[in-house]
Amino acid sequence: MAYTRREFIRSAGVSAVALAGCSSAPVTKKSMGRVVVIGAGYAGATAAKYIRLWAPDIDVTMIEPSELFVSCPMSNLVLNGSKTLAEISAGYGALRSKYGVNFIRDSAVAIDVAKRQVRIAANNDPISYDRLIIAPGVQFVYDGIPGLKEATAQERVLHAWKAGPQTIALRKQLEAMNDGGVFAIHIPKAPYRCPPGPYERACLIANYFKKAKPKSKVLILDSNEDVVSKKPLFMKIWKDLYPNMIEYRPNSELVDVDAATGTIKLTFDDVKADVLNVLPPMKAGKVAEGAGLITANNRWCEVDFLTFESKVAKNVHILGDAILAAPAMPKSGHMANGHGKNCAAAVIALIKNQPINATPMLTNTCYSFVTDKDVIHIASVHRYDDVKKTMVTVEGSGGLSDRASELEGQYALAWAKNIWADVLS
Amino acid sequence: MKHSAFGMIVALVLVFAHERVYAEDTRGRDLATTCSGCHGTHGRSASGMPTIAGLEQAYIVKQMNNFKSGARSATVMHQIAKGFNDEQIAALAAYFSAQKN
Repeated sequence: MAYTRREFIRSAGVSAVALAGCSSAPVTKKSMGRVVVIGAGYAGATAAKYIRLWAPDIDVTMIEPSELFVSCPMSNLVLNGSKTLAEISAGYGALRSKYGVNFIRDSAVAIDVAKRQVRIAANNDPISYDRLIIAPGVQFVYDGIPGLKEATAQERVLHAWKAGPQTIALRKQLEAMNDGGVFAIHIPKAPYRCPPGPYERACLIANYFKKAKPKSKVLILDSNEDVVSKKPLFMKIWKDLYPNMIEYRPNSELVDVDAATGTIKLTFDDVKADVLNVLPPMKAGKVAEGAGLITANNRWCEVDFLTFESKVAKNVHILGDAILAAPAMPKSGHMANGHGKNCAAAVIALIKNQPINATPMLTNTCYSFVTDKDVIHIASVHRYDDVKKTMVTVEGSGGLSDRASELEGQYALAWAKNIWADVLS
Repeated sequence: MKHSAFGMIVALVLVFAHERVYAEDTRGRDLATTCSGCHGTHGRSASGMPTIAGLEQAYIVKQMNNFKSGARSATVMHQIAKGFNDEQIAALAAYFSAQKN
């Protein structure tokens, strides 16, 4: 364990207190500070792991209601029938046993920023922190869709935009649909979680229909005026691989939904579908909203990109899809993983009174399956701009695939295994 | 007296050496996290992607520059490599070459 020993020497050089606290074992005697993390998705689980990896003398407690990590990336392959939900799920065992992260399996319900305390659903005993990291993901906003206010309507017209039971339920709807039926997906105005995701979903459901229900149609009803991500590639795929099957309709603003008949009411016409999939508008997760951390457009949390600290709450850091992203920064699992690592480095430095990284970087690669084997990607590299005080893309970097390929399909699957390992093990 | 003065100097040199190593190490460590999403924590791949931990420093620098220039073809890496300058590539190469594979 050369790495751990080096960590020991580093801490010893900085502070005498660290001498007592550092050891090669994951559990330490003397803690330098306590971090509480809310949400064990791509961002939160990564932050928890890396704090313990780099600073075993900092205590980390994770609050997460789910027993399993279920990946949103790759979940469209479950709809396509290529993967099972179990294949895109993993446990949190290594975070506990290898890194010594404490787990509270519950939901965080309230944050007291002044007292530096979190409350969970199960009881009233406050959990104290020196630094809090919130990675709550998104919540779905049904305010503008009266017909989907009731739970029964939401069970019928699914979003399947958080991988889990809804993913399986949507797959069942697709399996039950007759050949010749229509699947319609409605996309909210950007920004939303996973910009290319809806278009990937359309491709993968068309790929399934081509094999199992060839007379069926896929209708993409997009609130946006154009394809939000990987436009030239998706347009070409729809034309080449799914002609007369995928139809794309931009500027399709949703007015309401009639769940009983599967009808979506748009500004100018009504569209009836056999399987209707509505992605509601999204905003930062509930716990962030409850703590008053939403500061942009009533939807997102603004952060300082050097530390991911909230712009309105001291000692509270916010990660992942919940933040107001920097320009050209997608709400993606890969980005969230990067947020987690940059935040971990900053939180450690802040707790130990060390300088923070003044030039953080982030990379992103989003792979999209366009058949069950062929894949396209978009990649970007982001640097901190000291003048603009935000992350910007590095000029000349990043880009799209030239074309869809099976080679990128293999890389996409390998990407998933590696990023899951980087988040969890 | 002589001994303790000597001891002080040794201690100071060690402290300064550690501080310096810390800064460089942390910089490489932080930069390397931009690779680990695809190439694995510490550059040790879990599956499918090349492991970059333990590669020779000069080899990493050369490959990154080849991706940048187009001398080495790639699906993604030519686009990622262009996001890093020479000094950053040197720090990445130093970090990954020091990792066990």
